[in-house]
Amino acid sequence: MIRFENVTKVYDQKARPALDSINLEIDRGEFAFLVGASGSGKSTFLRLVLKEDRASSGAVYVAGQNVANISSWRVPRLRRGIGVVFQDFRLLPQKTVFANVAFAMQVIGKSRSVIRDTVPEVLKTVGLEGKENRLPHELSGGEQQRVAIARAVVNRPGILLADEPTGNLDPTTSMGIMGVLDKINQNGTTVVMATHDDDIVNEMRKRVVELKNGVVIRDEAKALYTSMIPVVGQSRRLRDASGRDEQPQVILPRAGSRAEARAELRTAGEGQA
Amino acid sequence: MRLAFVLGEIGSGLRRNLSMVISVILVTFVSLTFVGAAGMLQLQINQMKGYWYDKVQVAIFLCSDGSTAPGCATGPATPEQEDNLRTLLQSPAVAQYVNDFQYESKDDAYKHFKEQFSNSPIVDSVTPDQLPASFRINMKDPEKYEIISETFSSQAGVETVIDQRQLLERLFSAMNAASLVAVSIAGVMIICAILLIATTIRLSAFSRRRETGIMRLVGASKMVIQLPFILEGVIAAVIGAALASGTLWAVAHFFLEGVMSKQYPDTAFISPGQTLILVPALIGLGVVLAGISSLLTLRRYLRV
Repeated sequence: MIRFENVTKVYDQKARPALDSINLEIDRGEFAFLVGASGSGKSTFLRLVLKEDRASSGAVYVAGQNVANISSWRVPRLRRGIGVVFQDFRLLPQKTVFANVAFAMQVIGKSRSVIRDTVPEVLKTVGLEGKENRLPHELSGGEQQRVAIARAVVNRPGILLADEPTGNLDPTTSMGIMGVLDKINQNGTTVVMATHDDDIVNEMRKRVVELKNGVVIRDEAKALYTSMIPVVGQSRRLRDASGRDEQPQVILPRAGSRAEARAELRTAGEGQA
Repeated sequence: MRLAFVLGEIGSGLRRNLSMVISVILVTFVSLTFVGAAGMLQLQINQMKGYWYDKVQVAIFLCSDGSTAPGCATGPATPEQEDNLRTLLQSPAVAQYVNDFQYESKDDAYKHFKEQFSNSPIVDSVTPDQLPASFRINMKDPEKYEIISETFSSQAGVETVIDQRQLLERLFSAMNAASLVAVSIAGVMIICAILLIATTIRLSAFSRRRETGIMRLVGASKMVIQLPFILEGVIAAVIGAALASGTLWAVAHFFLEGVMSKQYPDTAFISPGQTLILVPALIGLGVVLAGISSLLTLRRYLRV
């Protein structure tokens, strides 16, 4: 769904590149975390997918199409296929919850009847039934982020990019948001989430791509926030040689409820430590 | 749906930026009024030139009823006298200075008079008989007017020989200078209007950057994002142009028609109706102004 081939992005010729020869593929329906310190290139990655910036070299493919070949008047079409959620929600303060979500449909010319049918459905998916007529300032942070997610997915994009969606939220609320994102992922949407939140990453047990100084230093399925493999370089070489689908050495069963999985995970984590 | 949405955006943009919008309206109003004033002066010049001005230089008016000139002692010019004059005009001595000449009968004269003075009350009190027939001469060299004048003034049946250019040229050059001044002022005001429209659109884009940011993200087309801003400028400019047109019409109606044409009944003034031909030009100019400045601004401040 998203493929980076040798992508380098240089903002300033004198400084080191924001992204340095990145090779990465995220499949349709996958859920991937993008982790790494500030300045590691996470946001640049997301901007390149949206064609907000163009890669200095290399090719970015979104839904099979090289974004460099998309003419500027077709960029809106690309963006209709991608939902975006931010840390700061970016809701329109003078519009109600319903109007905020409907706005995303209005501006691409959806008819009133389609909007009337779709918006309540999406609000139900994100767990905001009955709050259609509230204004953003009347909602909690978690609820506001749910509105933002509803707006991002209301046009049924194939990809959802989330840039630290839980950055402003407390841990419990964050888990609720993750539940929503997971549900959206289960419905077939590819989700890429940039985050610093180690609890969430450890909780979710999804693919983790770690960036550092613009380079992918780790790419593991069902991984933790920090590497479970002591020698990072080795695992990278291993993966490079045998392909991305290589499973990490430590595989934890994900049976039963999430609470059980979490308990198991803790034990395993402690065992390693 | 999309149209309703765009209209709603325009409405909210105009409301939020009301003071800027008003200043855009006023600046376009003033600048287009100057443009229109220049246009009106040119229309007035054309009106005064009448039917013959651009075609001929010299007119030989023939005697008619009540002519008092010495050559008219025998009363109105007879067909024989007219034939004599025609022969004289075609004789080699005169023909070398003449490109072309035409005979204007009383009926032709009446027709042209009615056209020129269509908005003047004088037209109702004139009959074809009161107007002199004339020979209208297009000179090879307008400076040689004296020769024609000397040759024809003394001929029987000729009331007077007039160099029309000399009469009107000074007035026209004054009016042309006035319209040049108006155009220069208009030029400065138009630059002012373009900059002000650009600033307004910039402010408008800034105050709505949240909305436009979201529109970009969810994949709204460039047109849906930019059109409200462009139309805001265009609407303000069109209102300004409409005010300018109204002002010009009012000047033609109350001043030219109401005051001047009563004081100077023998001068042909433009009618209020004639100023309306300036309206599409002014509105078109307003739209172009707003369009150009918004295109330039949006390219810089509203990247899609």
